[in-house]
Amino acid sequence: MTTATTAQIDGPATKTNGGISLRGLVKSYRGPLGPIRAVRGIDVAIAAGETVALLGPNGAGKSTTIDMLLGLLKPDGGTVSVFGRLPREAVDAGMVGAMLQTGQLIRDLSVRELVSMMASLYPDPMGVEETLEVTGLTATATQRTHKLSGGQTQRVRFALAIVCNPDLLVLDEPTVALDVEGRREFWSIMREFAARGKTVLFATHYIEEADANADRAILMAHGRIVADGPTTEIKARVGRRTLRATLPDVDASSLAGLPGVAGAERHGDAVILSCVDSDRSIRALLEVYPTAKDIEIAGGSLEEAFLELTGEPDAEEHQPGAR
Amino acid sequence: MNGIAYTRYELLRTFRNRRFLLFSLGFPLVFFWLIAAPQHNKIIQGTGLTYATYYMVSLASFGTMMSMISTGARIAGERQAGWTRQLRISPLSVRAYFRAKVLTGYGMALSSLLVLYISGSLLGVSLPAGRWLAMTGLIVVGLLPFAALGVLVGHLVNTDSVGPLMGGLVSILAFLSGTWFAITSGFLHAFGQFLPSWWLVQARNVALDGHAWGTRGWITVAAWTAILTAGAAWAYRRDTARV
Repeated sequence: MTTATTAQIDGPATKTNGGISLRGLVKSYRGPLGPIRAVRGIDVAIAAGETVALLGPNGAGKSTTIDMLLGLLKPDGGTVSVFGRLPREAVDAGMVGAMLQTGQLIRDLSVRELVSMMASLYPDPMGVEETLEVTGLTATATQRTHKLSGGQTQRVRFALAIVCNPDLLVLDEPTVALDVEGRREFWSIMREFAARGKTVLFATHYIEEADANADRAILMAHGRIVADGPTTEIKARVGRRTLRATLPDVDASSLAGLPGVAGAERHGDAVILSCVDSDRSIRALLEVYPTAKDIEIAGGSLEEAFLELTGEPDAEEHQPGAR
Repeated sequence: MNGIAYTRYELLRTFRNRRFLLFSLGFPLVFFWLIAAPQHNKIIQGTGLTYATYYMVSLASFGTMMSMISTGARIAGERQAGWTRQLRISPLSVRAYFRAKVLTGYGMALSSLLVLYISGSLLGVSLPAGRWLAMTGLIVVGLLPFAALGVLVGHLVNTDSVGPLMGGLVSILAFLSGTWFAITSGFLHAFGQFLPSWWLVQARNVALDGHAWGTRGWITVAAWTAILTAGAAWAYRRDTARV
């Protein structure tokens, strides 16, 4: 991110000048075993128009960071600037739309009524019909909000986030309750909206979601930023894969020596290889052990990858809080 | 400006809720007809009022009190659903949010009042227009403490306990305030006058001579409004500080 002006397409000195800036943010909660330091000094700058993924396992401090960005939570230290304004000012100006991690819809209204109700609060909202169209809710518009499916509910929540026509869109684990199809649908709607020149920050623990939908990923663990860069680069750093195969009678230690393999374990007849380069590993495996069968390759869990990046969990506090 | 459309949708939502129609409108109405209809022209001893007048106002106070306190149930539900947080990242001010909630409570209360007035008229309650208005005015003012109580309850308790708490509270207040039978002397009479709901029920005396409260009534209602408003503000701050 050089300066925000490079990302501007609609002329100089627009209202989104300055992008998003978090400086020296610190936040602790009171926990049963003493203070929980949820966010321990983070600095982030996001240029207008960027789509950024905030990646990290549960308890990394993602939601706390987002709550401070939105002005829902007061930082213990540090500053937040949203397009040169305080979070509250940006929210009041209708520049920020957000989908929080948890939240149900209020009942006894139709989808269209609920979207209209929220639109009425903003100075310069997007049209209600346009919002319904963008989110694929036109056909569902007359249904009552408490009779929707999970995927439809998430789309309505997305509609509520974008109805103010925000410059900044913040999504906190928006697909956590959705099935594969629901996820695909959700992200395709999100990308289409982001393409209007919006600045987007979304939290996720799925590296695939970050990879497919963001230009840049910020990795958080234990309340700190541990990596920040283009998603491809981040993926290479944490995207270790697991190769699983049925292969009796071969010693795990000899498998560990195969190209691209960082570690090997045996569980009964199955072997599990942790691969830094699964393409090379699978070729080598089949060449040396053609009898290997039931082969599966899966992306490694982010938690494991983070543990490797950040070293041991802090001795000082092993439970950095749920948010 | 902020929140007018929001209030409109709040009202719409509330009137679509069947539980509301049943408990706030239906319940007092059924009781009124059961108790008052068989002997509506008979005077209740010690009150100077007919059964119809007495129970019209008594059950109106019961129904409207319920309507106002049930604001608490809706606030508690919205907190639990995360809706309150969603609203905090919108330009809707806290003041406008509570205004919408209180106005919705009054909307429900006035509907409850209206159906009881109509029922009362059908059973022979007949008052000059000025007295209907005065009675309504007193009930509207008398509900102010309960508007604050609704907000207080909504921020203090969760959805599991809000139902029993409200039901219990309204039942006790209704009993002590002479809703079900006239309390004309003794300890209960002396004690009841310290309750805001007592004065709500006393609005019925407008039917006698146009006067119902006197200084004591106004002071009691004002004091409860002040105390409960302070309590509601405290509960709101305590609730949102935790996030």
